[in-house]
Amino acid sequence: MNAALKLPVEPWARRLVLLEIALPVVLLVLGIYAGLLQVLFRAGVIQAAEFWGWEYYQALTLHGIVNAIVFTTFFAVAFGNALVPYALGTKLPLRWAWVSGIMMIVGTLMAAWAILAGKASVLYTFYPPLMAHPFFYLGAALLIIGSWIAFFNWIPLYLRWRREHPGEKTPLAVVGMFATFIVWLIATVAVAVEVVVLLLPWSLGWTQEVNVPLARMLFWFFGHPLVYFWLLPAYTMYYTMLPRLGGGKLYSDKVARLVFMMFILFSIPVGAHHQFAEPAISSGSKLLHSFLTFAVALPSLLTAFTLAASLEYGARQRGARGLFDWIVKQPFFSTDGWMFSYLIAGLVIFIMGGISGIINASYSMNLLVHNTSWLPGHFHLTVAGPVLLAFLGMSLHLLATYTGKAIRLKRLAVAVPYLWLIGVFIFSWGMMRGGLHGEPRRTNLGMSYLNPDSPFYHPEWKLYVTVTMIGGIIMTLAMIAYFTVFFATALRSRTKEPAAEFPLSEAYHDEPVGALANLRPWVITAIVLIVIAYTPMVRDVLRGTFSNAPGYEPHNPAPVNQIEQLDTSP
Amino acid sequence: MDRIEKTVMVIAIVLLVVFFGAIVVAATSYGVDVPTCVTDRKPFVESAPPFKTSDQPLRYEVHTVARMWMFDPPEITVPPGAEIDFYLSSADVVHGYHVEGTNINLMAVPGAVTYARLKFDREGSYSVLCHEYCGTAHHLMAGTIVVSHRAMEGEQ
Ligand code: HEM
Ligand SMILES: [Cu+2]
Repeated sequence: MNAALKLPVEPWARRLVLLEIALPVVLLVLGIYAGLLQVLFRAGVIQAAEFWGWEYYQALTLHGIVNAIVFTTFFAVAFGNALVPYALGTKLPLRWAWVSGIMMIVGTLMAAWAILAGKASVLYTFYPPLMAHPFFYLGAALLIIGSWIAFFNWIPLYLRWRREHPGEKTPLAVVGMFATFIVWLIATVAVAVEVVVLLLPWSLGWTQEVNVPLARMLFWFFGHPLVYFWLLPAYTMYYTMLPRLGGGKLYSDKVARLVFMMFILFSIPVGAHHQFAEPAISSGSKLLHSFLTFAVALPSLLTAFTLAASLEYGARQRGARGLFDWIVKQPFFSTDGWMFSYLIAGLVIFIMGGISGIINASYSMNLLVHNTSWLPGHFHLTVAGPVLLAFLGMSLHLLATYTGKAIRLKRLAVAVPYLWLIGVFIFSWGMMRGGLHGEPRRTNLGMSYLNPDSPFYHPEWKLYVTVTMIGGIIMTLAMIAYFTVFFATALRSRTKEPAAEFPLSEAYHDEPVGALANLRPWVITAIVLIVIAYTPMVRDVLRGTFSNAPGYEPHNPAPVNQIEQLDTSP
Repeated sequence: MDRIEKTVMVIAIVLLVVFFGAIVVAATSYGVDVPTCVTDRKPFVESAPPFKTSDQPLRYEVHTVARMWMFDPPEITVPPGAEIDFYLSSADVVHGYHVEGTNINLMAVPGAVTYARLKFDREGSYSVLCHEYCGTAHHLMAGTIVVSHRAMEGEQ
């Protein structure tokens, strides 16, 4: 593999990207520790409400927020801040990039404080009428708005590039990152409305009650596209870097662009597939969203083909023959192109994640698995599979290139994704099998269902929770290895000049792309689809909701406004 | 796009259409459906144990209220073959209602009523779990459905 193009980066742009990479990795240490606790609680090894001051649901809130919201959002912004200017051959405008970064950091610290202080044990979905401290909502709002600003900061770069390069195709990396943030922008408008209009004033005591089904609809308008926001930066790496790391070329540039456009189209109007078991939404809306969910599976199926074809092309160039030889001839353990291991392991995990996802999306079949441990079993094969590994790999790459420090313990770095793969497969087998037997998610099983002294004891789940625990411990070990590599690299002294450097692939089929060249028609069609999918649902929710609800703190069955009245009465 | 890619695209679309078709067939021909929007019932805070709504011998209706951290009624008993209309409401936060080993998997959402129907043929005791986080003691929120011949005898 010949060396990738290196571009110099201004010191303050470097520092920003490094900060946006390092802070979430440090927080991830806490998030992973919480994950380890969860498997121990659930296996009945810890039979208590808390462990060393970490209450189960408080730790679970931290786990969801840090791993799935903070780490992913920071990473997407940092990656875009590095990749978009690189691919366009320009520089990152610093002022707004820093404004965005600081907003995100302040927001994260506010929410982290609320969670660690035990004032926001509402889980990462923060369903009302459970109520958290205002700082939790304010922090979430700052994080989201900060990420919008990062995106707005790239748009002028893109427009200028188009003016200066008439008739040229937009670099694929930029298409990928813009698709990511277009989906994110549209989706987060709904959750911003939920947080800023409904929940923040309510938690401050300015309003008394909240419309719960409406809040839930707004949350899931955001909640599903959220998973594509996680996935699309990983897809960007798969399409623009994996073929080259595998020694080949991207099989088809056009299909890659089509895939990103399909994600813009279908990512959003699918929220009701998280709400199959709920009142106030008609089965017609649920079926329509289920249908559109199948549509959004299409780009992933195409991706499976295109990526396999790209890898096969690479291996055949290196002399692979026969039907399966090309699979064996991938550089799985290469330390030069070490990032290959992170991407390929994630893809293998994603095969299982995708299949289980289609099951979840299947309307009435969802009733079998809804809110059982099957669900976390499934999404550790997506967000804690391809997404996590791609993000970890790229974080390490950015650390190394932006600080100019060669990666230490490279062999260990290459082992991490495979160790994780083994761990997460074992973990998810336990979670999913247990789920099919009714094991609930979001539940401190060690206090009841897996506690022989409890009237609720379910010995038939013992096997599943134990397997889950073993998988979870292996995952933890993989992460300890990763943190070791990351911090050992960060703490060494500089070995080369810092620079931006991404192994971008060439295309094998590089055709003109026609209507795919332009984002606008796709965004407009996406908005039309959203209106079609959500208009009947908004009507359902407004018609089917009879009353609003006051807020509750998780530890008290009396509504917050009644407790306050008691406090102030003489 | 070359020929193989077009073929793959067609196969993928056909596959998804078949999957979705199976769902629609299950819902329309076999009545395997999801809970839906009930607009003629107000959320209730008074529960009601299984009671008969019609002359048909084994048709029951039950009104369950979910609250932090119990189901009301916590236990219900019906004879084998009973077909139950479940109406579920929440008195405080969001809860879940999952009857183990069945398709009764519902959310109790404040402000609305959830509805589903199921026939219980097999005798035995079914656990009902709250499977949505509802606060500090969420893991202690469970109930039972007992399907037993004895329920017959108690009836007039
Ligand atoms: C050592 C690694 C990990 C372990 C052992 C672990 C374990 C678990 C377990 C047991 C649950 C279910 C808890 C319950 O429902 O009661 C869970 C939930 C979850 N995990 Fe992980 N996890 C790990 C890493 C990750 C990573 C890396 C991510 C994301 C990037 C992640 C994202 C989530 C999310 C979003 C939830 C759902 C939280 C909720 O239901 O509110 N996990 N994890
Ligand atoms: Cu509950």
